[in-house]
Amino acid sequence: MLRSRIIPCLDVANGRVVKGVQFVNLTDEGDPVELAARYTADGADEICFLDITASYENRGTLLDIVRRTAEHVFVPLTVGGGVRTVEDMRAVLRAGADKVTVNTASIDRPDLINECSTAFGAQCVVVAVDARRSNGSWEVYTHGGRKPTGIDAIAWIRDVTERGAGEILLTSMDRDGTKDGYDLPLLEAARAATSVPIVASGGAGSPADLIAALQPGRADAALAASIFHRSEYPIPVVKESLAEAGIPMRIVEVA
Amino acid sequence: MTRLAVIDHGAGNLVSIQRALEVVGGDPRIAENPADLVGADAIVLPGVGATGAAMARLEAQELVEPLRSWDGPLLGICVGMQLLFDRSDEDGGNCLGLVPGSVQAISGRPLPHMGWNDVWTSDDPIFDGVAPGSLFTFVHSYAAVPDDPAIVTATSDHGGRFVAAVRAQTYIGLQFHPERSGASGLRVLGNFVGEVRRAA
Repeated sequence: MLRSRIIPCLDVANGRVVKGVQFVNLTDEGDPVELAARYTADGADEICFLDITASYENRGTLLDIVRRTAEHVFVPLTVGGGVRTVEDMRAVLRAGADKVTVNTASIDRPDLINECSTAFGAQCVVVAVDARRSNGSWEVYTHGGRKPTGIDAIAWIRDVTERGAGEILLTSMDRDGTKDGYDLPLLEAARAATSVPIVASGGAGSPADLIAALQPGRADAALAASIFHRSEYPIPVVKESLAEAGIPMRIVEVA
Repeated sequence: MTRLAVIDHGAGNLVSIQRALEVVGGDPRIAENPADLVGADAIVLPGVGATGAAMARLEAQELVEPLRSWDGPLLGICVGMQLLFDRSDEDGGNCLGLVPGSVQAISGRPLPHMGWNDVWTSDDPIFDGVAPGSLFTFVHSYAAVPDDPAIVTATSDHGGRFVAAVRAQTYIGLQFHPERSGASGLRVLGNFVGEVRRAA
C-alpha cells in the first residue's frame, strides 16, 4: 500500500533555512544540507527546498545546495523558487532535484506547465498553489503570497492537471505559519478536482493536524516546517502518532 | 573498479544515481554517445520523462543500436526499465525491444503513483539482503507487462498488482528508484555492482 508521505520543507533564503509567519519576520533555522541529512536520517519520506527569495528578487535557485544535498540524501528531493523557463527547470533537475515546483511563472504563462511536462515528464512537475479564502472559495496568490491573481484556486488546480502537472503543492496562505491546522475544506475541494497527488501545506502545529490532512479524500502527503525545525515534534514521534491513528506510514529505524 | 556507463538522456537528475553507484563501490561515468560505452562493464539506463521523448533522445544520440547490440549487463530504472520492452502505450511508440512485452497504464489513484510502496521481492540475487515487503520509492503512471511472467522478480500494488522488477538474460529492470530509496535501494544497487564485478 502506498504510504502517506511526511515532507519537511526547508524555506531557503541567502543559503540558509529560514522560517517566518506568512512569509514575513524571517528567523534563521540552520544549514540546508545539514538539516536535509538530519531529517532523512529521522525518516523524512522526501525533502522539499523552496527558495523563497528567488521569485521576487529574480535570482536563480540555489543549485549548489541542491547538488550537495543530492549527494548525501537518498530520498526524493523537490526544489522550487524562481523557475520561469524550461531551461531553469532543466538546471535544477541536473543539479540533483527529482521534482521541481513552479508557481508565479505558471500563472504569468500557464503553457510553462505543458512545456515542462513534455520535456521532463509529468512526474517532475509540481505546481505550487498558494490559496487564500475569499467569499466562500479560494483565490490563487503569487509572489510569496503577497499578490492576488483573481484566479479561483480549484479551477486552477483542474486546469494545471490537464496541462500535465504531476503533483499539487497546496498551501493555505490563511494558515501558513499559524499552527492552527491545515485548511481541510481546501484539501477536500482540491481532491475532488484532481487525480494527481496533493501535498498539504500551511498550518501544521501538531501530529493531530497531519492526521486530519491525510484522511481519505484529502491529501497524499503533508508538508511542514517549523514543527520539525525546532524539534517540537521530531519526525519519528510524528510518524509513530500517525501510524497509531491508522495512516499508512513508512517507519524507519532511527540509528 | 567496476565501470558503469550511465546514459545521459539530457533531461533529468543524474546526480543521485551517479552518487549512489559510487557509494556502493562502482565507478559510474556519464555516457552521451556510443564512444562513451567503450570499456564499460555494464550500462545503467536511468529513467526520466516519457518513453517517446526518451526514445527520441536515444535516437538523436545514436545510442539505440549500441544498446540493442550490447550483450553485457544492462540495468534499466523506471522509464529506463520500460524502454527495455517492445512498445509503450504512453506515447504509442516502440521501445528498444530487448525484452518481449509492452508497457501499460496502471489504474490506481492518485496518479502518478508517487512515493514509498511495498515491493514483494523474489529470491533473485538483485534482492539479496532485502526483505520481501521492503519499501521503495516510485514515480510513474505506467508499468511493464512482460509476455513471459517468469521474468518477473518483484511486484507492487497500486490499484492492482504491477510488475516492479524483471530479469531477462543480461537485462535487469527496476520500476522503482533505488537511488532514492534509502538503505534498501543502496543495497539493490550494491547487489548489481557486485554482480557486474563478478561477471567482468
